[in-house]
Amino acid sequence: MKHIFTYIKPYGLRMLLGFLIKVMGTFMDLGLPWVLAYIIDEVIPLKEIKYILLWGVLMLFLSIGAREFNITANRMASRVAGDTVKRLRHDLFQKIEQLSGAQVDYFSIPSLISRMTSDTYNIHQMVSMMQRLGVRAPIILVGGTILTFTLEPVLTLVLVGILPLLGITVYIVSKKGIPLYSKSQASADKMIRIVRENVNGIRVIKALSKSEHEKQRFKSSNEEVAGNELKAGATMAAINPVMNLLLNGGLTLVVIIGAYRVNSGASEVGKIVAFLSYFTMILNAMLMITRIFVSISKANASANRIFAVLNMEEDLKVCEELEEEKESDSHISFHDVTFSYPQEQEEKDEKDESTNVESISFQIKKGESLGIIGATGSGKTTLLNLLLRFYDIEKGAIYINGKNVKSFSLKNLRKKFGIVFQNDVIFADTIAGNIDFNRNITRDRIVEAAKDAQAADFIDQLKTKEKDGYEYAVAIKGANLSGGQKQRLLIARALAAKPEILVLDDSSSALDYKTDANLRIALRKHYQNTTTIMIAQRISSIMSMDHILVMEDGKMIGYGKHEELLNGCPVYSEIYQSQMGE
Amino acid sequence: MSNSFIKKPKLNKQEKVQKEKPKDAKAVIKRLSRYLMEEKWKIILAILLTVIGNILALIGPMLSGYAIDAIEPGKGKVIFEKVFYYGSLMIILYVFSALFSYLLSIVMLHISQKVTRRMRDDVFTRLTELPVNFYDTRQAGDIISRISYDIDVISTSLSTDVVQIMASVITVIGSLIMMIMISPVMVFVMLVTIPLSILYTRYMSGRVRPLFSIRSEKLGNLNGFVEEMVSGQKTIRAYAREEVIQDKFDTINNEAIEAYYNADYYSSIVGPTVNFINNLSLSLVTVFGAVLFLLGDLSLGSISSFILYSRKFSGPINEAANIVSELQSAAAAAERVFKILDEEPEKTDAAEAKDLEVEKGKVILKDVTFGYLKDKTIVKNFNMEAKEGNLIAIVGPTGAGKTTIINLLMRFYDINSGNITIDGQNIGEVTRKSLRRAYSMVLQDTWVFHGTIFENIAYGKENATMEEVVEAAKAAKIHSYIKKLPNGYNTILDEDGINMSKGQKQLLTIARAMLMDSKILILDEATSNVDTRTEIQIQAAMRKLMEDKTCFVIAHRLSTIRNADLILVVNDGNVVEQGRHAELMDKKGFYYQMYSSQFV
Repeated sequence: MKHIFTYIKPYGLRMLLGFLIKVMGTFMDLGLPWVLAYIIDEVIPLKEIKYILLWGVLMLFLSIGAREFNITANRMASRVAGDTVKRLRHDLFQKIEQLSGAQVDYFSIPSLISRMTSDTYNIHQMVSMMQRLGVRAPIILVGGTILTFTLEPVLTLVLVGILPLLGITVYIVSKKGIPLYSKSQASADKMIRIVRENVNGIRVIKALSKSEHEKQRFKSSNEEVAGNELKAGATMAAINPVMNLLLNGGLTLVVIIGAYRVNSGASEVGKIVAFLSYFTMILNAMLMITRIFVSISKANASANRIFAVLNMEEDLKVCEELEEEKESDSHISFHDVTFSYPQEQEEKDEKDESTNVESISFQIKKGESLGIIGATGSGKTTLLNLLLRFYDIEKGAIYINGKNVKSFSLKNLRKKFGIVFQNDVIFADTIAGNIDFNRNITRDRIVEAAKDAQAADFIDQLKTKEKDGYEYAVAIKGANLSGGQKQRLLIARALAAKPEILVLDDSSSALDYKTDANLRIALRKHYQNTTTIMIAQRISSIMSMDHILVMEDGKMIGYGKHEELLNGCPVYSEIYQSQMGE
Repeated sequence: MSNSFIKKPKLNKQEKVQKEKPKDAKAVIKRLSRYLMEEKWKIILAILLTVIGNILALIGPMLSGYAIDAIEPGKGKVIFEKVFYYGSLMIILYVFSALFSYLLSIVMLHISQKVTRRMRDDVFTRLTELPVNFYDTRQAGDIISRISYDIDVISTSLSTDVVQIMASVITVIGSLIMMIMISPVMVFVMLVTIPLSILYTRYMSGRVRPLFSIRSEKLGNLNGFVEEMVSGQKTIRAYAREEVIQDKFDTINNEAIEAYYNADYYSSIVGPTVNFINNLSLSLVTVFGAVLFLLGDLSLGSISSFILYSRKFSGPINEAANIVSELQSAAAAAERVFKILDEEPEKTDAAEAKDLEVEKGKVILKDVTFGYLKDKTIVKNFNMEAKEGNLIAIVGPTGAGKTTIINLLMRFYDINSGNITIDGQNIGEVTRKSLRRAYSMVLQDTWVFHGTIFENIAYGKENATMEEVVEAAKAAKIHSYIKKLPNGYNTILDEDGINMSKGQKQLLTIARAMLMDSKILILDEATSNVDTRTEIQIQAAMRKLMEDKTCFVIAHRLSTIRNADLILVVNDGNVVEQGRHAELMDKKGFYYQMYSSQFV
């Protein structure tokens, strides 16, 4: 909880002012029943309507004051909560963008997303609620108890006796009910999973005529959900009646004990009437406080998750004094590079097969091309992760233009690249926006890049009366484009800035042979100075490259030109045979 | 009160978002009540419980008033018999009231769970009957949210709102009667405050609700943006676009925070104002009551009970606006659910439809015409013949519609004209089940479900034995991998098959197809993300699977294509050329161009 306060602190003064206003408002609320009692017990016996009206006007002023003060305080609280969360989200988002690959793996992407969204939302609600109810409820509870004590000390004891009973009721019922809720949530998750499986596998299910089977599966899961929800609901449903019973029982006790007090002359009737009003107010405050506790404990869990990210130390530091590569005219060079992924992972999720690599060495000159081929899990993508410095290597060195990659600022390093990852992301933006990707590239250049990427044809077909194809709005994750269209769009993005180094990670797999070939021709023609690295499954995509690297189990088992490898590397020729042979 | 710390947000009329309202509320309510009517006895019980429970609760303040009257004479003159009498009546009353309200909750839970369970079953059953087309044109998330989130909204509304409405009506009417009984004159005071309170909440909720819609919309924007950008963080970093994205994020974040504040700013008036009206009413009641007491028209106990009743009375009225908006969103949810139930299911088999009997696996397409959209024909007068054991390769550029032929063969879509026969039987006239069972199928999107490996392989064949499954796994070259797992064939797989690679999943689906042992095979060869070693294994397994079967293969490998008995060349959805490899090469048409371009 402590860390959250560092974010609230700058608004301390405003919060304090808000608190003060809230306190005043609350006391005005509290004053009303007191005036009521005073009228009944003190003013009425004067038998002067004038005085009654006078005190009535006081009540009116108290009401108006309570309203104004409470509104002002609530608004100030809302502003503070908003400003706090705005800053928190800003910092968190910035931090997430700066995390290293290893740190992202550690948290996992879905977990980062939920920290960014639902966790910050929980904090927002908590900070807002804490200010609103966190002041009012305790004041009503404490202030009310003190006021009633001055009014009627003995009856106050009844009240004080009831409060713990309420707390215990909530505690016991929730302790029983919450695990039941978790259980019913789990069974609901199971049910949703069945629906999802069915939606995704509809063709298989229909092809195998398994609809009846699936219906049965869903039915039994549905029954389980209903059963569990009933159990949980029935348990939690006990809270309200029991609370009401305690409350009303307390009221009855107040009346009976009050009767004795009045009879002995220790109290007056008006006080009992006022007491009944206070009683309801105070018990409601008690209910509010239990709610605040639930919300604080929820927010605390969220705060811990957020600060776990914020407190991450910067991983990839720039080391400027690193030695330069000796006597070399190569553009990119790997010297005996070894790397293994960090083991720990908080939540295991679907990861692209990542493999450790060992003793990788190769050099390519400016404008040359390198093809990488090998099994999934052989470490191809890992090489790219290291080249772009998403991770730091353990042994060896990677140089670009003779300079160690660790000595570039991350920004300058990555500016050299145009890259398409495996299953890369397409954003909910226009076609042009996706190619430009916030780099202020001219429209002419965008169209050129699209042409080179063989995307121009399909983009032109997206043209409508109002807009040309480049203004076509792409849905989230490119849902309204086909696999091949997405890949071509991504390649256009990589080409648009005329990068120094072009990296394509298995990003032409959905293209047919002809389009793939046209792409290669365009690259050769318009990007002679661009050094190209291409990872592919299809041998025809890489066989004409200047260098080909064959990977297996994180090691390089072949390096050379197509003809050399065909004779010298058994795995390579096996792949060739399987894809091109008879 | 103006305060420099508080900025008053401007209400922009154009920002008002369409309220979530069902289009035809009457029809929705009618259909919902059909579900409810099945539980009519429980509903009658619930109504009884509500009425009794609330009437009991209403008598309480009356009794406390009588007790206070008995105290009123003051020191030494308190009539204890009366106080005890009314006190014990109160206790009994409250115990019963609590009991009834608990019983009521239980009954309502039973009703709502029954109704939602039946609704979910109905929706799911309808889902299994819908044609593939339905799934092709919708997002999985949307379908799932209807069966889970929407039905949950209905359920909550049924179990809480309905009771609350009944209870509110009884409380309002009951308290009003009680107040009139105590003092008709004082009720006139209430006539000032009640309309004030109703008018005010109506006015405010009309004004605030659109702000809340904007607030959830902006929050949705923020969440969407975060999801997109965090998922794409690697790309953002690779292009060094962090700063621009951060600026965009700040804008969206700011909008979300402002929308939250705007909603808060206006809604923060509601609570204190309602409180104010209540306080106003309390003040008026006190002053008038005191005056009436002086005139001797009213006892102190009556004032006390009147105050308690007036609090009870105003409660539900303040809540009314909330409940109405909850009911509205429940009705909107119900409408979305009913929309699925109203979808046209796959046509049922004709009454005289027979089971398809396949001996050879001879497939003939004659004059087939088809289009996904009624007015857009893509396959025109297509003729084709596949003999027993033939290999038919379907080739064509990306996105040319290679799966269309598969969709037609399996009757995922019905052809517009012409006919398709298998061993001489028209597939439009046989039962769908027998037709689909005639095929084994391995698709590109490998599908496994949450269950053991055994269950996943045995999925296509009822009562498959372990021996048969092992046999199929061996043939699919995945047996040795499964054996290495700690739980072997009993290893549980997730939907996404997290603990299996794509290649292994593909082998698993091949094993599934092996076990089916049908005469016709449909195969999608694309193995875009599978590694070469596994690919070689898969290929071997597929070759085994293809033995003695009529095979339709969406082909990517040259070897498959060159060995095919018939190549169907697809472009723009239509079959533009067909023949053997050599014939098509001689023709120097579309196929020739495609084939030669790969060696550039």
